[in-house]
Amino acid sequence: MSIGILGKKLGMAQIYNDQGQAVAVTVIQAGPCPVVDMKTPDKDGYSALVLGFGKVKPKNVNKSRQGLFGKAEVEPQNTLREFRVDDLDGYSVGQEINVTLFSEGETVNVSGISKGKGFAGVMKKYHFGGSNSSHGASVVHRRGGSSGASSYPGRVFKGKRMPGRMGSEKVTVKNLTVVAVDTDNNLLLVKGAVPGAKNSLVTLFKKG
Amino acid sequence: MDVISLVEKKFLKSDVPDFRSGDTVRVHVKVKEGARERIQVFEGVVIARKHGGLSETFTVRKVSSGVGVERVFPLHCPSISQIEVKRLGKVRRAKLYYLRKRSGKSARIKERREF
Repeated sequence: MSIGILGKKLGMAQIYNDQGQAVAVTVIQAGPCPVVDMKTPDKDGYSALVLGFGKVKPKNVNKSRQGLFGKAEVEPQNTLREFRVDDLDGYSVGQEINVTLFSEGETVNVSGISKGKGFAGVMKKYHFGGSNSSHGASVVHRRGGSSGASSYPGRVFKGKRMPGRMGSEKVTVKNLTVVAVDTDNNLLLVKGAVPGAKNSLVTLFKKG
Repeated sequence: MDVISLVEKKFLKSDVPDFRSGDTVRVHVKVKEGARERIQVFEGVVIARKHGGLSETFTVRKVSSGVGVERVFPLHCPSISQIEVKRLGKVRRAKLYYLRKRSGKSARIKERREF
């Protein structure tokens, strides 16, 4: 883990690069994220920055957070996330981390909560093959087949892939290229898709 | 203004001529051959314009030595250097896919007069 920035996924777009090729990009509104708190090795046993993101109504901030924001002298933030850093030098509470953290052509790792798919079958969830559509097949078209042997072992092994809830979990996509950085509007254009629905929270990690 | 169109605005061409389905156009395309770059021209009838914003495309159809050829061009693509409108066509629908089944006299398109 390393320093990064919090953002909101705004949606996807298509732009043209220098070679005239169309590139699919995800538009992310990233930061500015104030440093709300710092975790120090002396006090907490590790070093990390606590970054905030997003507006929140003051009446919706609880007492404990109010104290935190008051001490740091920053606007109340909707979300707080810790970013592990090796060295706290050069960072201070109240400082703002913005999109200038990244530059064009750099690769980043992006985390988000994937879209929920509900209770999904094994074909959708684990890409099982399913069965024939015809040739006498009945009822079994999208079933997972056998779940194991008979009286020996006489049970289904743990971890057997079965239907169930899919999506709505943390997903990280690695090595996405930053196509453009818009400092005026705090926008980052990242090549390809990132996990999550529109307007959902995403975390971009700087590599190395 | 929503942010996606704000992002796209920077890449939009401002010099796109006004043309629609049925018009005959000459599309000048930059073609890269190794280190050299030259302009290739594709002339034909616009049979469709699709999508909007930066991802808008148009389809040009021509009959080349008896074979129908269609090319889909992204409207705002930088490798399209110029679009010339040669002739305005008067048609009654937006997508002229029926031209694919026609040839000769029945594939003609009436000229549109602008006042």
